[in-house]
Order: sequence, then structure tokens, then C-alpha cells
Amino acid sequence: MGKKQTEILVGGFVVLGMLAILFLALKSANLASFSFNSTYRVLARFDEIGGLKVQAPVKSAGVTVGRIADISFDNKTFQAVVSLDIDRHYAFPTDSSAKVLTAGLLGDKYVGIEAGGDDKNIQAGESIKMTQSAIVLENLIGQFLYNKAGDAGKDGAAKK
Amino acid sequence: MSLLQAQRSPVAQTDDPLVSIQDVTFGYDSRVVLSHVSLDFARGKLIAIMGSSGCGKTTLLRLIGGVVTPQSGRILFSGATVDTADRAALYALRRRMGMLFQFGALFTDLTVYDNVAFPLREHTALGEAMIRDIVLMKLDSVGLRGAAALGIAQISGGMARRVALARAVALDPEIIMYDEPFTGLDPISLGVTANLIRRLNDATGATSLIVSHDVEECFQICDYAYLMSAGRVIAHGTPKDLAASEEPEVRQFIRGEPDGPVKFHYPAAPIAQELGISP
Amino acid sequence: MNPADLAAAVGRAVIGQLAGLGHAAIFFADLVRHMFSSLRRPYLTVAQIHAIGNRSLVIIAASGAAVGLVLALQGYLTLSRYGQAESLGLLVALALVRELGPVITALLYAGRAGTSLTAEIGLMKAGEQLVAMEMMAVDPRVRVLAPRFLAGVFAMPLLGAVFSAVGILAAYIVGVWMIGVDEGQFWSQMQNGVDVVKDVGNGIIKTLVFGIASTFIALYVGYESKATPEGVALATTRTVVISSLSVLFLDFILTALMFSSP
Repeated sequence: MGKKQTEILVGGFVVLGMLAILFLALKSANLASFSFNSTYRVLARFDEIGGLKVQAPVKSAGVTVGRIADISFDNKTFQAVVSLDIDRHYAFPTDSSAKVLTAGLLGDKYVGIEAGGDDKNIQAGESIKMTQSAIVLENLIGQFLYNKAGDAGKDGAAKK
Repeated sequence: MSLLQAQRSPVAQTDDPLVSIQDVTFGYDSRVVLSHVSLDFARGKLIAIMGSSGCGKTTLLRLIGGVVTPQSGRILFSGATVDTADRAALYALRRRMGMLFQFGALFTDLTVYDNVAFPLREHTALGEAMIRDIVLMKLDSVGLRGAAALGIAQISGGMARRVALARAVALDPEIIMYDEPFTGLDPISLGVTANLIRRLNDATGATSLIVSHDVEECFQICDYAYLMSAGRVIAHGTPKDLAASEEPEVRQFIRGEPDGPVKFHYPAAPIAQELGISP
Repeated sequence: MNPADLAAAVGRAVIGQLAGLGHAAIFFADLVRHMFSSLRRPYLTVAQIHAIGNRSLVIIAASGAAVGLVLALQGYLTLSRYGQAESLGLLVALALVRELGPVITALLYAGRAGTSLTAEIGLMKAGEQLVAMEMMAVDPRVRVLAPRFLAGVFAMPLLGAVFSAVGILAAYIVGVWMIGVDEGQFWSQMQNGVDVVKDVGNGIIKTLVFGIASTFIALYVGYESKATPEGVALATTRTVVISSLSVLFLDFILTALMFSSP
């Protein structure tokens, strides 16, 4: 086998391998999307974040506009402090609100931003003032039972 | 016409030996292969080391080449110690040696031509045109120039050994070591090989060391011979001296007698006892 | 056997194993050290990549296609039971990229390339070629062993990627064209669920680690084999067994390290 021929075949092999890696990265994974745009960081405080995780998406009107960068706990206000990395292409008014929502019925948690009406836009380092916490299933059930018990009590009192 | 002899002084039959083995002891965990062996090999001579299998002769070659190191004693090659040399120095010494292995040890993935060209390509900066000339000349000296393009699988055992010989002398070494060069050859190949070894020795002025147990062929071509047994040298001299020796061990080996100091029977109880016949 | 003898025998065995491990570790360090020297003669490595990589392509691609097909069929059966057939693409891609691609490629590699390396080195040793090279003042570790090691480490990630890519394509053919899963969902769910760094990247790291381990084992076992035909035959079997077990064990450790936190 000639030296030249071997080198050409090996080159072909390497190209094939690289193509495969490229295919996996582009066609099957999310390289083509979001990851490399520059972002600005905004804070939001929640009473309850449920199962929200770092790297969860930040969406507005259903479109992904950013990612959760960090989650920490404020020991003075006893709130969760969530850092959002929002794509620089998207700006939101200062009175926008952030909610912790669930993807599907029982899916992963993510943060949804609803735009407000203010003229000024929120800058890096500032906080989103209006937030709504996650709905935790156990609290919901507890609330339902409590209400049910309350209704039964009221009916009972009304009957008397 | 040597390639690597820029620094060497002109070849003179000086008295200092090319290789000197001084009081060397070597063995593996349980077995002692050589015990307190001292030998000197003069320059330019064709020397045979003979003995029955397992007497340590092949080990001698490996010690000279630095493949194994002795437990005690020293080995000198042209004044430099082989056994304590660092890798670079050892490699420099090895470039002046050529070794012919028993079955050739040719590189099976290369052609005959590439095998002979191997040491030239690795150790010299010669261009391909020059290498081609040298390779063809070396192959011609062993009579295989026409086989240059063949693969190793396509040549016979005898041819393989000749190719290995061409490879061993590609850099015109000062010493050529032959490990059992005559074993398993037909009469014609035997004659060819013996002839080649002698001519090479005379033409290049190199020292040749043959390890073999073929008494007849060795005596025909060597200048001097050592006879070894059980890790010791038991006799040495010119072929004439050894043939005339009266020592029982030497006589048994040289004449090929089945029984003598080396017993025919493996140690065992008397046969009458084994067969249960009452004495 | 009295307790003292038993203890002595166990102690000897342990020391023997430790010595063996140390010997292997030194061999590995030598391989890595001489890797750089052999890079000065790149053609040696290129020739080995041809022997190891190119020649393994067919079996890797064929196996990738087969595994992809089977994953698609089995995955569809189970997913459709829960009404999640559109997630087929995601299932196949994750299974291949994270686990099956690296592991099966490594096992096939050990069987095909590993045994050929072991046999080659073993036969070279039996034919005294390595000693002959030493006697000609050429270091066989630089000229013979390091290029093969480098080639194996280089080729394995490429082979793993080919396996996964072919598997995904095969699953696409079966899932979308033959079974009828929605094409858009097949790819979009996959793209949303497979992370480049965490899944594809970790998968490639796995193949790299497996490549290093398998190639090292193949070369070491061949180098240490007895210089007889039976010794070489025994060595090739040992290569496959030790490589396969190592790959599976390393996979467990790597998976625990990489994929434990969601």
C-alpha cells in the first residue's frame, strides 16, 4: 500500500469522524441554538421556586429568551434569589413580572417573564420586582382540603 | 568503505580485544546461566562459541549487545562498558554492532528492500537514491538483489537469513554476531552461509562471532573457538588444537559421541527396579 | 496448610499483583512519554490509524445501524404505550450518545482492533523483531508501540461518533419512514433534549477514556505475552476479556461522575 494512498484514506476517515461529531452536535443537540449569545444578568426573588433548577429556560410568550444562571437563598428575607441570564437581544420594561411555571402538567419548572408597560428597560444587575412563586402540589391539595372542610363547616353552621 | 567510522582510527591488528567479557556471572531467579566467565575477542578474527543447548552461548551475545545485564562482572566493547551505559550511549555502541538472529527476525510488515534499508533510514541522513545503491549492493553481496521487492512471507527460511545478514551489515559494523546461523539449513544453504560469513569477515575486517553447535561448519571457517558447558568455558583454541584435544568433554562434543561426560540416560532408578524384576 | 504458610502465600500473591500493576503503570507512563517522540514521525501514526480506524469502520457503522434500528423498534413499542411516541428521537439519541455509542464501540474496538494489536505485538516479540530493533539501536517503544497507542486514542472518539450518528440515522429511517413517527417531532424533541456539552461532549470524553484504556491493555498484554504461538493466542483472549471488563467498569464510574446530577 503506497504511502500516499494510506494518507488519503486516513484523511478520509478523519473527515468522516468529524462529520459524525458535527452531525451529533448540530442535528441532534442544541448547538445551533442559543448558547453562545451574550447575556445580561437580572435578579428575581421568589417565596417558593418549587423544583426550579439552574440551566432551566427563561421564557417570554413561550419563547426561550434566557437561562437560569444561579439559585441562592437569602437568609435575611428567607426568599430564593434567582439569577437570570437574558439574551442581550431582548429587553424588558422595569415593571415586568416573573413567574415560576411548569412545562406541561407535571413537567420541569421554568421562569416565565410577562412584559410590563414602563418606558424604561430593566438593566443588568437590577431586580424584577413583581414575582409569583411556584405552585407546589402539596400546598394546593392542602388548600383544597382546607377549603372543603371550611365549606362543610359553613354549611353546617348555615344549617343550624 | 564504512559509513560510521569517521572517528575510528585506522584498523590495525592491535592487541587490545574488541570485546572483553570480564568475570561475568548471569542467571535468572533460579538458574545460573553463566558463572565467572572471562573471554576476550580479538579484532578482525572469526571466532566460534560452541556448546550444547543451554550452556549459555546465546546469552553471551545478548550480554555483549546490552540486551541483558550481568549480576556481576563487566563487559567492554572497544573500551566502553556495555552493561552500565545509559540508553543513549548504549545505542551509540549498538550502531557499531550487527546481529543476525536465529530465524532472521525480519520485520514482517516490510519488504526485503525496506528491511535492509531500515538501519540506513533510521541512523543516517542519506537520501533515498544513495540508500537504494547501498541496499542493492548489500543484497548483491548475499546474492539476493533480485528478491528486493518480495515480501517476507514470500521468501524461504534460508533466504530470510541471508536478508537478515544483509540488514545486519548495512551500516558496516565493527562486530557481526551470528546466533545459530547454521541450524536447520540444507547442505547447499549451509555451504553458502559458511562461505558468506568467512568472505564478509575477510572483506570488511570486522570481528565475527558465531554461536553454534555445528562443529563441522564452524571448524571449517573459524580462526579460534571456545567450547562452553554448563555456563563455563571448558576449552578454547584453534580448530586444529581442539580436534586433537584429549579432554573427555571436548572429545565427546567434537566427535558427537552419544555417551561420555554428558550422560545418555536421564537420571533414574535402575531399570530392573522399575520393571519389578528382583535382582 | 498452617496459617503461617497461608499468610505467606497470600502475601506473596498480593505483592505479585502489586508488582504486576506497577509494571503496567510504568509501561503506560513509557507509552505516554514516547508518544511525543513518535509525533516527529507522523507517518508511523498515520499508517496505524489506517490499520486501526479505517479497518474498523465497517463493523462500527454496521453495528451502529443495527443498534439504531433495534432502539427505534423497541423504543416505539414502549413509548407508544404511554402516548409518547413523538419522543422516540430523543430516546434514541440520548441512549446512543450517552451510553450505547461509547460502550458498544469500545467493546467492538477491543474485539477487532485490540486483538489485532495484541497478536501483532505478540508475534513481533515471538519472532524477536523487537529485540532485533533494539539491537539496531532503534527504540521499539517509539517506533512500534507509541504510534499504535496514539492511533488508537485518536481513532476511538471518531469511531464512537460514527456509531452514534449512524444509529440515529438508522432510527430515523425506521421510526419516521417505516413506523410513521412525526418527522418534525422526531428531530425537535431530540434537539431540545440533547445537550451538546453534557451529552455529546461527555460521550466523546467516554470514548476517549475507553480508547486509552483498550489500546493500552492491548499493547501491554501483547508485549508481555509468552513468545510462543500458544502464548499469543492466550494473549488475544486476555485482551478482549480485560478490555471489556475495564470498559464496563470505567463506564460505571464515568456515568456516575457525569450524569448523577440532573
